[in-house]
Amino acid sequence: MSDAQLSSPYLSPGKPVGALMLQVVIALLPGTLAYAWFFGPGVLINIVFAVVLALAFEAVILKLRQRPIRPHLSDLSAVVAAWLFALCLPMHSPWWLVAVGIGFTMIAGKHVYGGLGFNPFNPAMVGYVVLLISFPREMTTWFLPIEVSGQSLGLADSLAFTFGAADTTGWDALTAATPLDQIRTAVGQDIPISEARSAPLFGHVGGKGWEWIALCWLLGGIWLLVTRTIRWQIPLSLLLSVVAISALFYGIDSERFASPAFHLLSGAVMIGAFFIATDPVTASTTDTGRLLYGAMIGLLAYVIRTWGGYPDGIAFAVLLANMCVPLIDYYTRPRAYGES
Amino acid sequence: MKPELHRFHGGLRLDGHKAESLAGGLRQASLPRQLVLPLKQHIGDYNKPLVDVGDRVLKGHLIAANSSLICAAVHAPTSGRVSAIEARPVPHPSGFTDTCIVIDVDGKDDAAEPQLRDPSTLAAEAMIQQICRAGIVGLGGAAFPTSPKVSRSRQQGIDTLVINGIECEPYITCDDILMRTDPAGVLRGVGYLQQILAPRVTLIGIEDNKPEALAAMREALLRAPLANTEIIAVPTVYPSGSEKQLIQILTGRQIPHGQLAFDIGFLCQNVGTCRAIAQALEQDQPMISRIVTLSGDNIADPGNWEVRLGTPIRDLVAQAGGYRHAERAHLVMGGPMMGISLAGDEVPIVKASNCILAMTRETIPARPGHHDECIRCGKCVEVCPAQLLPQQLYWHSRARAFDQAQEFHLFDCIECGCCSAVCPSKIPLVQYYRAAKSEVRAARKAQFKSDRARARFEFREKRLALKKQQDEERKRKKREALQRKRARPGQESTVEADPVQAALDRVKARKQARRDEPS
Repeated sequence: MSDAQLSSPYLSPGKPVGALMLQVVIALLPGTLAYAWFFGPGVLINIVFAVVLALAFEAVILKLRQRPIRPHLSDLSAVVAAWLFALCLPMHSPWWLVAVGIGFTMIAGKHVYGGLGFNPFNPAMVGYVVLLISFPREMTTWFLPIEVSGQSLGLADSLAFTFGAADTTGWDALTAATPLDQIRTAVGQDIPISEARSAPLFGHVGGKGWEWIALCWLLGGIWLLVTRTIRWQIPLSLLLSVVAISALFYGIDSERFASPAFHLLSGAVMIGAFFIATDPVTASTTDTGRLLYGAMIGLLAYVIRTWGGYPDGIAFAVLLANMCVPLIDYYTRPRAYGES
Repeated sequence: MKPELHRFHGGLRLDGHKAESLAGGLRQASLPRQLVLPLKQHIGDYNKPLVDVGDRVLKGHLIAANSSLICAAVHAPTSGRVSAIEARPVPHPSGFTDTCIVIDVDGKDDAAEPQLRDPSTLAAEAMIQQICRAGIVGLGGAAFPTSPKVSRSRQQGIDTLVINGIECEPYITCDDILMRTDPAGVLRGVGYLQQILAPRVTLIGIEDNKPEALAAMREALLRAPLANTEIIAVPTVYPSGSEKQLIQILTGRQIPHGQLAFDIGFLCQNVGTCRAIAQALEQDQPMISRIVTLSGDNIADPGNWEVRLGTPIRDLVAQAGGYRHAERAHLVMGGPMMGISLAGDEVPIVKASNCILAMTRETIPARPGHHDECIRCGKCVEVCPAQLLPQQLYWHSRARAFDQAQEFHLFDCIECGCCSAVCPSKIPLVQYYRAAKSEVRAARKAQFKSDRARARFEFREKRLALKKQQDEERKRKKREALQRKRARPGQESTVEADPVQAALDRVKARKQARRDEPS
């Protein structure tokens, strides 16, 4: 008995990091399955390939950094980052695209800063933005929902495509820009939104398929809230700010600006609000700070979506907000007990 | 009227583990063969030993007296002979040894003659004197001497007397069992405090996970009513037993930063302390024993014992059936959230020993550096009752950026352990804060010393410079005086200036005179 230098508390500690990450993975399942349902199994290949690559990258980097490998792999942070990254990619992406993105996610997004806990930027968004800037053609080639194109790539075809062995002639008919991108293009060409929305790509509120997937992300997000894996401040302020600013412009001119409902259920707003912006490492940590941080992402994403050069703005908005986190945290320190 | 209860920020709902130690009621621990009494069992200064090796002492004899105001005297818990006054292991977070009076117990338990007085006729000052003579300290665990606290509170004036029967830490049940077995004694002590302090209102807070204690106390209060006294059931949330949090729960007020409870008219006393006050005033019984909870997953028969101070924990463990797994035993004094690890079971029971936890080694926390990294999840922020940002404090403490850590209110941390308990990365956060605090304190001390040394050095330099200046001034004056004398030509001075010439002149004159005489 020579542990006197150890001090309290002597309770078995709370849920480990791996358990928190596992909740995130569970919450990602409904949306991921819906994605595969509407667009075919390509997304699953992306995810599996990205996760395997991420774990391999992380193991190699940990080895090079002379850090223990097993405990760091078992915290599942690499799995979650890779999964989110894969969901951002077009559903059929060549293997090298995934590899380059995961490489940047794990190296430039995470380990150059010292690994989990030290990275100032959301790793998955770092990898995604690198690809978006470097390979715009590959990154904007989105396949149509099965419902619209009437045909889907099976598992074998998807695998063959990913690993570069597929005959891709005639596939152009299966691809198109995302609904969000189409609205932006239409507005740019002075086509009224009501007309643009009559295209078969659009569903009840958002894009066909996409709107249901977004609702599944919402479902997963509610699960995260119920299990107290995340707090409510960031998702709420992000969604509210998107609604507020889109309602404002929709009210001004509903033919040039899409409705709040369309914005909520399009692109990465839902998954961003519950899964990406809530990454604890890179988000603000104070209650007030989280509200500001979420609102900032929502507003920036809307601005980039509507007036910027990219189809969606969540990734850029998250990275820009990441930069402001130290400042936000400093100025939103809560009043301590007894402080006047 | 029922006062409205308030909430404090954060806190945790913990598994109580109270039933294990409550099953057996309150038992009397047997006298050990030897008692080991540390000279300092309280927060404050060391006592002066009054006995020598070989002296026979009686139960209740004063054996070590106060050396200062913040001090609590030590008395012989039973009769016997002083066999040594030497360094022994004591309950200390760093496993230190400290000077102890060792008494070989003779088993007769002969008592010194008590001086009985009717406490209701005593003046407040005399009552505080008696509390001081009895060596009473706060029995909630911190062991701050009671008499200076009460005395200061009386000077400041007390609006609300808060009696703490919360006992929010898991496993500990010594206050619970006391309130069940001697509620009247506790309330008489409360009455004496009211007599000393004349508070406007007295609030007795008891956590609602102790229905038996609540009922016993309420019944005792009905039988012997006290003026403006209220027993309040408080929701069970750790750490509601912390003074600051309890005051906030009962009154909604926070003790302002940098102030103490009596600065805003509050005095908080533990129920055990109240009973000890009653015993001291009514029976002239000094603090020689206390109720100790012995519990934890590694003890065969958990329970509560009335134990003489100085009893080695080993003896108590033996009475509780011993360890379940002796080879994996890990002893903690206090509760699992804020207790301190003990170096071994030869350490004695002291005034602060509200609970001894015998745990298995599996519950030992991670060491600093042997844990995952902070993922900034903010769970610690949610539970912090001091409303701090524990992850920022950790970041700055670990980076040794102590100025920033203090800017984030390092010293407002009450070390309750909530943040460590919820941390998914298993970071021993409180250990980092304790280390940072002690470094800052050491730096402040060093700064104070170096400031004083610099002041002394500068004063000496100044003094020497002044002396040199004065010396030079004196020399200069002397020199000047000399020069002035030389410069001023005077008659007498010329004669004196050339004595040789004068002598020659005299000789010449004499010769001239002689030559003139014969002719």
